[in-house]
Amino acid sequence: MFMSSDVQRRTAMQERHVTQPHEAGHPIVLATEDLHVYYGSKEAIFEGDLQFAQNQITALIGPSGSGKSTYLRSLNRMNDRIATVKGRIMYRGVDINQPDIDVYEMRRRVGMVFQRPNPFAKSIYDNIAFALRLRGVTAKTKLDEIVETSLRQAALWEQVKDDLDKSALALSGGQAQRLCIARAIAVKPDILLLDEPASALDPVSTSQLEDTLLKLKQHYTIIIVTHNMQQAARISEYTAFFNQGRVLEYDTTSQIFTNPQVQVTSDYVSGNFG
Amino acid sequence: MNAKRQNKVAIGTLYGIAGLVVLILLALLGYILVSGVPQLSWHFLTAPAKAFTKGGGVGIQLFNSFYLLILAMLISFPIALGSAIYLYEYAKDNWVTNTVRTAIEILSSLPSVVVGLFGFLFFVVKLNMGFSILSGAFALTFFNLPLLTRSIEDSLRTIDPQQREGGLALGLSRWETITRVILPAAVPSILTGFILSAGRVFGEAAALIYTAGQSAPALNFADWNPFNISSPLNPMRPAETLAVHIWKINSEGIMPDAKAISSGASAVLVIAILLFNLAARYLGKRLYKRLTSA
Amino acid sequence: MTKSPEQLEHELKRRSKAAKLEIWGRVVSFTALIIIAAVVVAIIGFVASKGLATFTTNHVNLWSFLSGKDWNPSITDAHGKPEVGALSMIVGSFLITILSALVATPFAIGTAVFMNEISPGKGAKILQPVTELLVGIPSVVYGFIGLSVIVPFTRATFGGSGFGILSGTCVLFVMILPTVTSMSADALRAVPRYYREASLALGATQWQTIYKVVLRAATPGLMTAVVFGMARAFGEALAVQMVVGNAALMPHSLVDPAATLTSVLTTGIGNTVMGSLQNNALWSLALVLLVMSLVFNLIIRLIGRKGRLQ
Repeated sequence: MFMSSDVQRRTAMQERHVTQPHEAGHPIVLATEDLHVYYGSKEAIFEGDLQFAQNQITALIGPSGSGKSTYLRSLNRMNDRIATVKGRIMYRGVDINQPDIDVYEMRRRVGMVFQRPNPFAKSIYDNIAFALRLRGVTAKTKLDEIVETSLRQAALWEQVKDDLDKSALALSGGQAQRLCIARAIAVKPDILLLDEPASALDPVSTSQLEDTLLKLKQHYTIIIVTHNMQQAARISEYTAFFNQGRVLEYDTTSQIFTNPQVQVTSDYVSGNFG
Repeated sequence: MNAKRQNKVAIGTLYGIAGLVVLILLALLGYILVSGVPQLSWHFLTAPAKAFTKGGGVGIQLFNSFYLLILAMLISFPIALGSAIYLYEYAKDNWVTNTVRTAIEILSSLPSVVVGLFGFLFFVVKLNMGFSILSGAFALTFFNLPLLTRSIEDSLRTIDPQQREGGLALGLSRWETITRVILPAAVPSILTGFILSAGRVFGEAAALIYTAGQSAPALNFADWNPFNISSPLNPMRPAETLAVHIWKINSEGIMPDAKAISSGASAVLVIAILLFNLAARYLGKRLYKRLTSA
Repeated sequence: MTKSPEQLEHELKRRSKAAKLEIWGRVVSFTALIIIAAVVVAIIGFVASKGLATFTTNHVNLWSFLSGKDWNPSITDAHGKPEVGALSMIVGSFLITILSALVATPFAIGTAVFMNEISPGKGAKILQPVTELLVGIPSVVYGFIGLSVIVPFTRATFGGSGFGILSGTCVLFVMILPTVTSMSADALRAVPRYYREASLALGATQWQTIYKVVLRAATPGLMTAVVFGMARAFGEALAVQMVVGNAALMPHSLVDPAATLTSVLTTGIGNTVMGSLQNNALWSLALVLLVMSLVFNLIIRLIGRKGRLQ
């Protein structure tokens, strides 16, 4: 009795396959251990165990409702008021999911950029400078310097350097999103979380944003949720595939896209999902 | 009667009703302005009232109205702002929140005369503050709080929740996010609500007749020391406002030119409310433009 | 450059300025809320304790207060009991409220329908700002116009003094009209557009659509608007007091002087001595007003709940 080759391949595939980056010798900045997220009594994330490598881009992919955004928002405790997060979130050896952690100081180090650009109703300059002012940076020269470097790093400086006093609400979608990145990096974070940052942008702005992220990884560890598989393939070193609240596969991006070990991942990345 | 004919008749009736309502409302406005505006003069707006002879003005009442308005808004705005912030930004959906919301609704539906009587009982009698500007300002505050709170809360609701997340993600506390990001963005709409509620406070009388009182002692407009009894700024003096004045001279019927004075005072009130309305629209729009323009 | 986890943990657990501000903000804003709640409790508490004194201290029978027709607190009747029957004022208040709501409702809803369904462009453009402005006109101005226009008109038409329920109704009708109209317009605006489109597509005429679909769907909102107007009419003091005549007698016709709870209160409170029976009886009237306003509030809530269930 023999099986067709296709069925053979299927049975050979694993249920779950995780290769953590430390196995390849990368230093780890952030890791979740035994992480569970609940909305009320409904469990949204079952055991999310991932490590994130320093100065690399890690992409979280998966179908809608797979829990990747919930997972990302748990990392800097943006879900504190709406969900219960259990387990450990180890940031450079410290569990930041403890109740006595100062979430504000933690979020300064683990910044976030959202799906829809959300510039504040202030001038471009103030969008970046105002959080610094609140943290005691008041010297004009110092502020000017940080605003310029942040905008340069976000590849927005050349376009707005003469309009710093104008309202940020007048920027185009792509510019506004880069302003939000500049705003996030102005407070000198260690890790940058991005929740589908390009989903509201046109293709040109998207590719500019991707270039920016590739440059930013020299300075920051980046974790990005994306719907766009080409985007994950283009910019990330590691990719985690989420499905129904579980991490089904985690490996280097090239492994995930060329040699997936789990059937569902294979179906998803080849576009045969559902 | 077939459907088409019925339709015609019904629509015609609706036109009639709407026309009649427009007519009533315009006649009302017209009457106030036509009978009142000719009374207006510099003398009328600045001279003190005369109880038994013709030719008095409403100067002191006008000043009292504005002074009470400013005091009442100064007291009520911070309270309303704090409550609105708590209700919208912090309050969880539990029985405490629901109870407080119900309490605010009850306060907003209380007849203003009941609010005024409470002010009389508590401030004038119990705290021995007498008929005074301060008693009146507190009564107006109570009358104003629920509406102002609701209008500020509505203003906060118009701001995209994403703005809050933006602030939190920078490591700001909710409070910093609210005061530095959300409130500045909500200023145009908060201002509109503020001015509209000021209009209501300006014309209120029932809450004042037993708190700020019904007499307007002579004021010395050269004396701005709030501790002197004849100083316009003294908050412990009784102070009849314009709206109370209209009520009083009409119910007493002693003043020989009560009707002319009331017409003039009514016109002043209505014009003031009109200006409040226009200012609310204009300033709100302008500020919003400034906030969003390139 | 790299810190030990212990050092980092210490930094992350140190209470930041943001955390301190957060606590401060919560305390400040919650205090503001508590102030409002305390005011409400104080108002109800004070008015209730004063209003109940008539029954507890002066031993007036609650039933004879509510059903007695004679209001003359300074005089005692044949049985040595003070005459504090509030029925005439209660009837006056209800009569004037119900009549003005009866007249105002068709006008207000008709106008709202006109603004929203028939002429949403031009009609609404004129009516909207006018109603909004009139909502803000002080009630004493309504009272003054009632006194100088409506009272003389009633006097000339029906004889007598011109003061009475009819004049009060006219004043309140004009006064609540803008409020009820603008709330009704809000209720109609909340009806989804596709309701109308679906009905018109089925061949219904515009009137059938308005009557059978739009008004049905907006019923809870319209009822809220009317009850809200009634609450305002019931609690209005000065405008009514100026035209109703202030005679605490059972109303026998609409054009005889009568009294309402609010009118007797506003004229009486200043002329009685605190703590006397005459004064306490007035506070009992205030308590009736307060209770009625709670009842109106409750009705509005019930309508809202029923509307949501549908």
